[in-house]
Amino acid sequence: MTVRIRVDWRISLGLTGTVLSYLTIPLLFPVAIALYYGEPIGPFLVTIAVTLVLAFGLNTVSVEGDLGAREAFLAVSLIWLLVAVVGAIPFLVAGDGVTAHPVNALFESMSGITTTGATVMLDFDAHTRSIMMWRQVQQWLGGLGILILATAILSEVGVGGAQLMESETWTTTVHKLTPRIAETARILLGLYAAITALAVVVLYVLFLVGLAPNMTLYNAIAHALTSVATAGFSPEPASAGAFSPIAQWVLVACMLIGATSFGLIYAVLTEAEFQRLRSNEELRFYLGGTAVAAGLVAAALTFDPSIDPNLEQTIRHAVFNTVSIVTTTGYASTDFNLWSPAAKHVLFTCMFLGGMVGSTTCSIKTLRWLVVLKAFYRELFTAIHPSAVRPIRVSDDPVDESTVQDIYGFVLLSLVLAFGLTVFVVVDAARVGLRVSEFEAMSAAASTFLNIGPAFGSAGPYGSYHAFPATTKTAMVLLMWIGRVEIIPVLTLFTRAFWRS
Amino acid sequence: MRVLVIGAGQVGTNIAASLSSTHDVIVVDIDEDRTEQLAYDLDVLTLTGDGTDIDVLREADIDTADMVIASTDDDEINLVACATAKTESDPFTIARVKSHRYLRSWEGSESAYGVDFMVCSDLQTAKNIVEVVGLPAAVNVGPFAGGLVQMAEFEILPDSPIAGQVVAEADRFDSLTFAAIFRADRFELPSGETPIRAGDNVVVIGSPESVQEFASSIVPAQTPDRTDDLVVVGGSEIGYHTARLLEQRGLHPKLIEQDDARARELAEELPNTLVMEHDATDTEFLAREHIDDADAVVATLDSDQKNLLLSVLAKRIGVDRIITVVDTREYIELFQEIGIDVAINPRFVMAEEITRFTHEGIAENIAVLEEDLAEVLELEMSPDSQLVGRPIRELIAELPKSTVIGAVTRDHTFITPRGDTVLEPGDHVVVFVEADFADDITAMS
Repeated sequence: MTVRIRVDWRISLGLTGTVLSYLTIPLLFPVAIALYYGEPIGPFLVTIAVTLVLAFGLNTVSVEGDLGAREAFLAVSLIWLLVAVVGAIPFLVAGDGVTAHPVNALFESMSGITTTGATVMLDFDAHTRSIMMWRQVQQWLGGLGILILATAILSEVGVGGAQLMESETWTTTVHKLTPRIAETARILLGLYAAITALAVVVLYVLFLVGLAPNMTLYNAIAHALTSVATAGFSPEPASAGAFSPIAQWVLVACMLIGATSFGLIYAVLTEAEFQRLRSNEELRFYLGGTAVAAGLVAAALTFDPSIDPNLEQTIRHAVFNTVSIVTTTGYASTDFNLWSPAAKHVLFTCMFLGGMVGSTTCSIKTLRWLVVLKAFYRELFTAIHPSAVRPIRVSDDPVDESTVQDIYGFVLLSLVLAFGLTVFVVVDAARVGLRVSEFEAMSAAASTFLNIGPAFGSAGPYGSYHAFPATTKTAMVLLMWIGRVEIIPVLTLFTRAFWRS
Repeated sequence: MRVLVIGAGQVGTNIAASLSSTHDVIVVDIDEDRTEQLAYDLDVLTLTGDGTDIDVLREADIDTADMVIASTDDDEINLVACATAKTESDPFTIARVKSHRYLRSWEGSESAYGVDFMVCSDLQTAKNIVEVVGLPAAVNVGPFAGGLVQMAEFEILPDSPIAGQVVAEADRFDSLTFAAIFRADRFELPSGETPIRAGDNVVVIGSPESVQEFASSIVPAQTPDRTDDLVVVGGSEIGYHTARLLEQRGLHPKLIEQDDARARELAEELPNTLVMEHDATDTEFLAREHIDDADAVVATLDSDQKNLLLSVLAKRIGVDRIITVVDTREYIELFQEIGIDVAINPRFVMAEEITRFTHEGIAENIAVLEEDLAEVLELEMSPDSQLVGRPIRELIAELPKSTVIGAVTRDHTFITPRGDTVLEPGDHVVVFVEADFADDITAMS
């Protein structure tokens, strides 16, 4: 008996090719930077050429057909993977520093496009400004998802984007702002670009009036790109610590906005319904949770004798780094690796939180935690009243039981994968004789898989992932990929059911 | 007034009966047996035919009708009948519907379906239930003058502290008037010396607070603020609206529904109601959920038999008050005999509401008591009314003798009527009157 393969993978390849061909546009930005600073443009021209050839090749194998859910899953997974692979080419061709090694280049590229922000770079000065800016651009593209970009373009060329959009947001419903998905995608992208532009202006004005001496136009653009994207790369070795307190507060605002649902921001801006902000339970939970965590960190810092007891500094560092971790950005205003275990553990726990659904953040996301907590409470309640029927409500809207189950599954799977990667990191480090504490391994695994960036120990905010063995870094590349596409689409590719009818 | 009633079921018959004495009533029904029966029973003209048929309506002289009341059991027939009537002439149309959705659409436009007044039976029944539930021991409650005045009818139980007292002893509230005492099938207007006996039904009119206080004085064991411990059994439309209206009052009722999909649906619709999915006749379940502690149980299951079973069960486990929906009119007495406190018949509620509305042109508001033995009316005093300008003491002599002035509101404030109170134009007066004299007194306002 022959088993017919039902998933029409050639359609997915065609889509991937189309998206790749559009990647050449953002590649022109670092080219411009290179020309401005008189740096070689070769790395980017090669990448553009490879991208076009690849895109053309993928388009030739593609066939006409309907995009089903499976094809969309495959396309989503492939797009992220190939964009990361192609994005690694400039690092390889430039051949500077540690990213001359293929694994390191791929790690840096995947970390960028998945908005993780974990770096393998050791000496930032070894790289040209155009290469450094390429990292920032990759993160911005990854921020709201190439998917939004792809959806907008693909719908424009007449290919349905709804399945793509659905597979990225998975368990949650896209709050459709307009009846047409392409229009929605364009609005979100426009909003994203506008907020980023505003951030550039504000940061650069701070520099011009002398309030942020280090925030040159280059830095203003670089940090606007990666703060609103809640991504975390910084061309400065000291990350946000290189800037004045006021610039750091602006970055806090950017990260907080980036981690807020863009659909909600759009609704509030266009309908001037501020009531919606107050009645949005997820927003309250996200901001409230962040505030509580920041308070805990501040308390831990206050009782830490090794920390300078300056109140403004304590609060600023507590708020900045907590917001950075919760929103999965991964900037640091100070080397929090040197903090007390209490403060570090609060930050570690915050890694699993994430921002709102429909934002640029990664990790598990607050909506899912909100549903899980409410489901826990319901368990307690139904233990007393076994017959009670209690739908879970978020902002007064009942949540489907199947969605609750999906969310349970997602959270559990996330934790399993994070701890699975921890085991891998510990074992693999021991294999090559590298000394990594369990906490460091745990944080590095969580930080890469949940797309946050910095961990503790040598991979701390002022450190690098370079020391990890190549096998560990490869595993991290895979898990960054899985984490960014919200686990399920990628994992379905590895099931027999996906490929067979 | 010439009134065309479409549908000779319980609702239509009730309406026809209460309108026939003062109006020309024509009843149309498709069932010949029913129209024949009705022609014998009541002083009305009957016509056999389909109320949605223009020829039948023409035969009933639709162009001379002032009002069309579509009261069949079928929503769509009622709506079509009203719309058809509107194509021929312009009578005032009243439609009875079961579906809340039709009511909502109609409320949105006020002229949809060619209907001028729409009554939703399930919603109206639920409203009635909620009014009764709000006051312990009340069997009938009605708000007047925009809620400033409340009328309530209470059943006096043997263990009530006021059983055996005279009215003067029981009446310890400033803004409360004892309007009447029903005893057997008669009523008397109380004086200070009238004794109150167990089994009497007492009608009081007063400010909502004083009525509430009076309510707790006759059943002191039940504090009124504990009415949040209410259980609605049965997720029918009536059950749903009852829970919804209780939620609107800030209460948190429990609702028991056996069907899992319906229970889920109700739980999503009713955020402040604890919906439970279970068979409400399972005594173990009732005990586990402490249903016996409830202040009131409302039975809104889909059949009289189930409601009866549940009510008996609830009574046995010791629920203080049981309110039951009874579809079959003949069962009402039976239900009350076995100790169910209030039996509500949706069709009677419906007929009462429509009758109330047909009176509304003259009276502002009306409540029908003891199956139309007496009425409580709200009258607005016109400047040329015979009632204004003289103290009530003098008016009493001229009013029909079974009349009680229960309450007066002036500029939205409550006034307790006393002998020397002088009515002014614009006052709203709430009076209790024997049904036969209702038109006389409205003519005087």
